[in-house]
Amino acid sequence: MSKLYSGAEIVFKCMEDQNVDHIFGYPGGAVLPIYDELQNFKSIKHILVRHEQGAGHAAEGYARSSGKPGVILVTSGPGATNVVTALTDAYMDSIPLVCISGQVPTHLIGTDAFQECDTTGITRPCTKHNWLVKDVNDLASTIHKAFEVATTGRPGPVLVDIPKDIQFQKTKYKKPKKEKKLNGKSHNHFNQNSIDQLIDLMSKSSRPIFYTGGGVINSGPRASELLRELVYATGFPITSTLQGLGSFPGDDNQFLGMLGMHGTYEANNAMHDCDLMINIGARFDDRITGKIDEFSPKSKKVHIDIDPSSINKNVKVDLAIVGDVKTVLSSTLKSLKQKKSKFLKSNKQKTSKWWEKIQKWRSIRSLDYIGSEETIKPQYAIERLYELTKDKDSYITTEVGQHQMWAAQHYKFNKPNRWMTSGGLGTMGYGLPAAVGVQVAHPKKLVIDIAGEASVLMTIQEMSTAVQYKLPIKIFILNNQYMGMVRQWQELLHDKNYSESYTAALPDFVKLAEAYNCVGIRAKTPEELDDKIIQMLNTDRPVIFDCMVDKVENCFPMIPSGKPHNQMILGPKDQESKKITGKGKSLV
Amino acid sequence: MPNSKSAYSFSNKKEKFDTHIIVVWVDNEAGVLARVVGLFSGRGYNIESLAVAQVDEKLKISRITIVTTGTPQVVNQIKLQLRKLVPVHKVADFKREDKAVIFKEMALFKIVGPNNKLEGALKACKKYNPVLLDKTKKSNVIQITALRREIDKMSKDLKKFGLVSVSRTGAVAMTRGADIFK
Repeated sequence: MSKLYSGAEIVFKCMEDQNVDHIFGYPGGAVLPIYDELQNFKSIKHILVRHEQGAGHAAEGYARSSGKPGVILVTSGPGATNVVTALTDAYMDSIPLVCISGQVPTHLIGTDAFQECDTTGITRPCTKHNWLVKDVNDLASTIHKAFEVATTGRPGPVLVDIPKDIQFQKTKYKKPKKEKKLNGKSHNHFNQNSIDQLIDLMSKSSRPIFYTGGGVINSGPRASELLRELVYATGFPITSTLQGLGSFPGDDNQFLGMLGMHGTYEANNAMHDCDLMINIGARFDDRITGKIDEFSPKSKKVHIDIDPSSINKNVKVDLAIVGDVKTVLSSTLKSLKQKKSKFLKSNKQKTSKWWEKIQKWRSIRSLDYIGSEETIKPQYAIERLYELTKDKDSYITTEVGQHQMWAAQHYKFNKPNRWMTSGGLGTMGYGLPAAVGVQVAHPKKLVIDIAGEASVLMTIQEMSTAVQYKLPIKIFILNNQYMGMVRQWQELLHDKNYSESYTAALPDFVKLAEAYNCVGIRAKTPEELDDKIIQMLNTDRPVIFDCMVDKVENCFPMIPSGKPHNQMILGPKDQESKKITGKGKSLV
Repeated sequence: MPNSKSAYSFSNKKEKFDTHIIVVWVDNEAGVLARVVGLFSGRGYNIESLAVAQVDEKLKISRITIVTTGTPQVVNQIKLQLRKLVPVHKVADFKREDKAVIFKEMALFKIVGPNNKLEGALKACKKYNPVLLDKTKKSNVIQITALRREIDKMSKDLKKFGLVSVSRTGAVAMTRGADIFK
């Protein structure tokens, strides 16, 4: 007879077989049997966070930078509810997470027991799937299936809720089976015909553009390689969403920069005026499309996505190719080579006028800002950070707000999986714990959280985690004492009524760093900035960098909601002429 | 559809709403109905009626029939979103006008009144396969199977015969002919 294992042991046996090496968690009453077994499984290292939300974001950072699923272990009740924000964040940005939560013993479920909550009920709308395990014999197969659901198709978070009595009960362990397709949910639904249509559209187009997103990153590093090959083979311009940054080199001439609400003038105008838009792994999000009725009115649209429900959800497309980006791109390249081996040559002339137009838009230099010798401009801070770290293969996380947009605009990414930011949900407080997770996955690399002082305070307690595990993350705070993006909207849309967007009692971040037993550095002038950044980079410990920036700088360019792509507001000079009208106001 | 003030951007296009009957085959496991219904409420889809029961004891498959309304784009989203749920096996979608599909709802009417009224009520139901399930001197319980709008009409018409209580199911659907939905 084979050996019997307790439910708690089975949890770890499953993780071993799923090649899990790190879990992020926080103990509590309903998971103590699992924590008891931790010491018996040496290949799995537990990272103790300071708040379960931190565990969730750390697991997200780990997953996004490594391509492996992030694993979370939390207790029942508040442990589970605290992780909900991170699960929702991962659901919106398609990040594979497996969350194991403890639950009160089965006989107490439904009695409002201590630290009981309806975890599967609460997390149902923010996970791909979740399970409450009521029979220990189902435990192993459920956990294995959880890993499969999280990592296949469009990735996302899953949760397995395990009552405490199940953790004690014993049964045989079942290894993962190669499961047949989940209820027929296979991921590639395209045929050669669609690829031929795509190539036909590409060869007929004189104003094409690639619009790429996080799907390219999620499809793995090979997808980014194939994307580069395709973009070079066609000579087409390419723009990327916030989540897609890094899949194509940010400093390449064919790259027009990020598109969308704070995207570049050239990217948004090219989206508006193109005759062929090839969407690869992006989802026509409302921050991208602007006013949907006037979105790219003259173009044929192609949408390549692994999730059939993304097709025609926001924007109707002319050709849908449902499949994994990697597979679709590889088929496209193969056909392109066979049928149109001289594509680039034949197409250069056809698109030359288009490129001229793009160069004109480029010459506006929409990311320019008015420099200063007295105060540090936030854009300047990011530029210097980029210049001083670009040779280091660094990993960047962010919080949410102006600093996030400036980072996306001014930091250039050349590799996938180097940029971790909360896009869909827009979770302030994401960046610091995400940096913890990234550093756990890449102990030797430089990991920087480009932060705002308001966001970072939401999860600042995770500095303590970074110190405990000697994770030398760098928290680069663009400190303007305002919730900058809120302040910007209030200035532009709400008659400068700065209601509650100023933080009147901020902590001294240098002293705060010292209190956490890490290093605090402050920069006040542009003159000293470089030296201080170098000092930060030379510190082999966690650093909180308090970069005191211009308090009222706004993030431009900007498409006000309710406007199409070709009606952007540029920098300060342009603002007078294009005031946001009353109608646009309610739409932001 | 009214313009939502809180929407980030909205379309002024007014599209026609169609009524569709969506049939979903699911694993009969804990929480599966909540998943399906939660998808509808979470994404703002309508449910006009709902019928659900296990149809295969061995495979533990339940069949959920949902009557919904929406623009073609919304109905398409409903199908695609449902297919993404892990316990969902297949999703069928029928237009209400579809002649190749039978739709039926059942209703129970309780009539209280003198004999002539009870008889009148039964007579009024004649077209809809009435079954007299319970009879006392003062009351009748009548079962009918019919279309939604027919039951709507009967619920009104029977008032004059002393209708005191109505109980009705959601619609169920079945294709005509030998073919089944794959």
